[in-house]
Amino acid sequence: MMQFMLLFSRQGKLRLQKWYVAHPDKLKKKITRELITTILARKPKMCSFLEWRDLKIVYKRYASLYFCCAIEQDDNELLTLEVIHRYVELLDKYFGSVCELDIIFNFEKAYFILDELLLGGEIQETSKKIVLKAIAAQDLLQEEETPQGFLMIMA
Amino acid sequence: MNASEHGFNPAFNMATIKQVVNEAIERVRMPTPMRLRDLIRQIRAARTAAEERGVVNKECAYIRSAFREGDAVWRCRNIAKLLYIHMLGYTAHFGQLECLKLIASSKFTDKRIGYLGAMLLLDERQDVHLLITNCLKNDLNSTTQFVVGLALCTLGAIASPEMARDLAGEIERLLKSPNAYVRKKAALCAFRIIKRVPELMEIFLPATRSLLSEKNHGVLITGVTLITEMCEYSPDTLNHFKKILKNLILAGYSPDHDVSGISDPFLQVKILKLLRVLGRNDVDASEAMNDILAQVATNTETSKNVGNTILYETVLSIMDIKSESGLRVLAVNILGRFLLNNDKNIRYVALNTLLRTVHVDTSAVQRHRSTILECLKDPDVSIRKRAMELSFALVNSQNIRTMMKELVAFLDKADPEFKAPCSSNIVLAAERYAPNKRWHLDTLLKVLGGAGNYIRDDVIVSTIQLISESTNQQSYMSLQLYKALSQDLMDKQPLTQVAIWAIGEYGDLLLQAEVDEDGNSPPSEEEVIEIYQRVLWSPQNTSTTKQYALMSLTKLSTRFHSTTDKIQQIISSFCSSLHIELQQRGVEYSQLFGKYTHLRASLLERMPPMEVRQSENGSNGDMEEEMRSEEPSPQHSIMKNDSNILLDLLGASDSLDVDVQSNMLNSQTISSTNNQDLLDLLGGLDTIVPSVPTSDSGIGLIMENNNGSIPSLPILNNQNSNFLNEDLISSNRVNENDVPTMLAYDKDGLKIVFSLEKIPDSNMLTVNVTASNNTLSTMTDFLFEAAVPKTFRFNILPPSGTVMQPNGQISQILKINNPNQVIIHENTYQFSNYSLLILIDSLQY
Repeated sequence: MMQFMLLFSRQGKLRLQKWYVAHPDKLKKKITRELITTILARKPKMCSFLEWRDLKIVYKRYASLYFCCAIEQDDNELLTLEVIHRYVELLDKYFGSVCELDIIFNFEKAYFILDELLLGGEIQETSKKIVLKAIAAQDLLQEEETPQGFLMIMA
Repeated sequence: MNASEHGFNPAFNMATIKQVVNEAIERVRMPTPMRLRDLIRQIRAARTAAEERGVVNKECAYIRSAFREGDAVWRCRNIAKLLYIHMLGYTAHFGQLECLKLIASSKFTDKRIGYLGAMLLLDERQDVHLLITNCLKNDLNSTTQFVVGLALCTLGAIASPEMARDLAGEIERLLKSPNAYVRKKAALCAFRIIKRVPELMEIFLPATRSLLSEKNHGVLITGVTLITEMCEYSPDTLNHFKKILKNLILAGYSPDHDVSGISDPFLQVKILKLLRVLGRNDVDASEAMNDILAQVATNTETSKNVGNTILYETVLSIMDIKSESGLRVLAVNILGRFLLNNDKNIRYVALNTLLRTVHVDTSAVQRHRSTILECLKDPDVSIRKRAMELSFALVNSQNIRTMMKELVAFLDKADPEFKAPCSSNIVLAAERYAPNKRWHLDTLLKVLGGAGNYIRDDVIVSTIQLISESTNQQSYMSLQLYKALSQDLMDKQPLTQVAIWAIGEYGDLLLQAEVDEDGNSPPSEEEVIEIYQRVLWSPQNTSTTKQYALMSLTKLSTRFHSTTDKIQQIISSFCSSLHIELQQRGVEYSQLFGKYTHLRASLLERMPPMEVRQSENGSNGDMEEEMRSEEPSPQHSIMKNDSNILLDLLGASDSLDVDVQSNMLNSQTISSTNNQDLLDLLGGLDTIVPSVPTSDSGIGLIMENNNGSIPSLPILNNQNSNFLNEDLISSNRVNENDVPTMLAYDKDGLKIVFSLEKIPDSNMLTVNVTASNNTLSTMTDFLFEAAVPKTFRFNILPPSGTVMQPNGQISQILKINNPNQVIIHENTYQFSNYSLLILIDSLQY
């Protein structure tokens, strides 16, 4: 089971954090800081895995953004790379060639997409199409209840 | 987007209009808060951290006041801003209750952000959980699938045991929902609930069964995840899953779930993992899945990462179940092929997996030795590290020469962080498998040269001991060491110390040494003295090295003839050394040239060959084979219950009784302390009992065992002579920083090593206990206990952990104090007086 996922920039700024285990806020911050420094210090030639406490850390860099997942000992680290890649593909499809700024300004959307791909640290949907459909349908639901058009008339 | 496009519903629209009008009025009354987008822009525009803090604080103050006034219109926007601020590392706990209010709202937008906030700001420790449980219950009954989805997702992320209990019934109902979107989420929620509260599994069993016959991949994969969690209890799902896997591989193409031409790798991996759980410890089940695993292993396309992902999972499953030997060889060969892969991640995974299986399938792994050795040259440091560990695991008496050649070459070029472990491992391996003394000595010499100053002290001690033991190699070794010392430009302290020791001890043999294979002839007395001058005056050398050198030089004065005056001159120059240790030696040794010159020759005689240590493994590899055959395989030990393991531990002590008794002859104190130890052990057990599940039988066994023989595990005692030997050596040079180590326990893959350290100017001894797990399985509930005689005081500091992963370590510190200075002999620590008892509590493999 995945324990948490972090997205951070090359400058070490946290862009997204998803925790599937309960930790106090202080510990979360400590873990985040520790991992960001460790991973940023690694050279590009090094492999994408590292052992950290009793977890396996799997990370991959896409453009300026690092995607970092912590998985348990009996999880498949190669598959985790595929999960990360799948998430990037989904972001890419949703935003249309995604970049770091999209995730900064629409972080809630990035969370929504992740929540349709993973639940409780496990994969819930392996079809890209179904994930994107679910997101689109929920976005539509939101737009329908935002009475923008109506307000414009009032104003 | 507007109402007319989506069909006209008068009731709905009336409500909407009413709401909109209300909101519009609110908006006029309240100033419009900053938009999320603008806040992010402002924060990003801040040039300094202080400026950023300023923006955040201002906004937080505004949000707080908005919350206080109960502003419902902008709550959603405010929470969204707060979540962004929270991500930057600022505290945002004051938003927790507002998140709950959002969740309770009827608008989907509010719920969406509210649940997102709940997942980020709350975790299962929060008290507000009672409130959220009610909200979740409502939403789980919603008619909108997405609202149910949000609630399920949140429950999956932050389910506490109480929530799990309260909502398990709802989840079970949703597991049977006709809607696949809800069903898959419910399955993962059930998975999380069972993880938190395993007793709740019963409720889900009937509904889960139907998930097996799903067509929808989303539901299927979540169902498989759920079943994997459950299936330790229900092995009869095996047959069904065999069929699904076969269908997946053979029917193949479903473009929707495709990754680089492989049908749903996520699902395949999950199913392989499930097979692994089903086949573990079950011969029949393993037999049934042999074919299917072989099929996956041979039919999967491996040009891309996904293919290798599936192969990797297949290999893990093959290794974990009771598969036939042919299949295991196939698995090891797949890993062998991985080692040649261009992708560094795949190489890393292969080495890691081989490392876990090397003890089980040694011969299969041996076949890939050359590839593994190639990995020592990998540009990736973590791959090199794994390759090094694996290489050492592969060394045996047949391949020691070739392996060591590669490893010594690796040591020469290795990064500093590798040098210490690598050199210690080479020394250990050489000790175990050395084909002859000359080769062993040559190897040690290469280690001293290659590892420079990164060598651990034990290497120096064991090298000196070996030279002392091998009487017919001493002249050869002193020449080789002389050569190495004279060519050493790096001031390698360990090498210098060993060389100086050997030259001092065997100076006469050095002068008569035969010309060696490289044509080096023995040096003249003057050349040797010159080297000593260099060593003694070089500022790079530590005072310990110089102490070695002074002692050695004094010894040379009786072995050399023409240079005695020169030697005396050098030594007396140290009478005024600023370093007190060196000055003391200078003064003392000078006396040997003056008033007591008649004593010099007899005082400085050559040391007798040091006793051969009771090395646990002979110098050939045969014993190793025997030991291995006795080693229970990890699978075997999993089936043992706790009491068996305790029995095992006590059984281990039986074989040591002989040593204990022989030790009693040596030291009279032991017999009196042993009784105490018995009490200590039994007393100690009382405290352990609660954590042993099958405590009754366990205790019974211990008592039974104790009646007959001297009880418990004074495992250390048979090592005493070894330790004292080492101490003798080090008494040559008064060196308080020297850290002797001893192997306290090594059985069934559990190894405990003590390193002892006397705290200068006190009666304290610090014992650093390092336990390492060399099995393939995780050891849990590690508990180390020790006892000392009553005249001593001691203190066990908490261990670094209680769970040891395979290859993991736990360290712990014991501090022993001898306040009355009983029995302690000057500088020698009589370790035999500390009867340390070890009891490893319920090792659950």
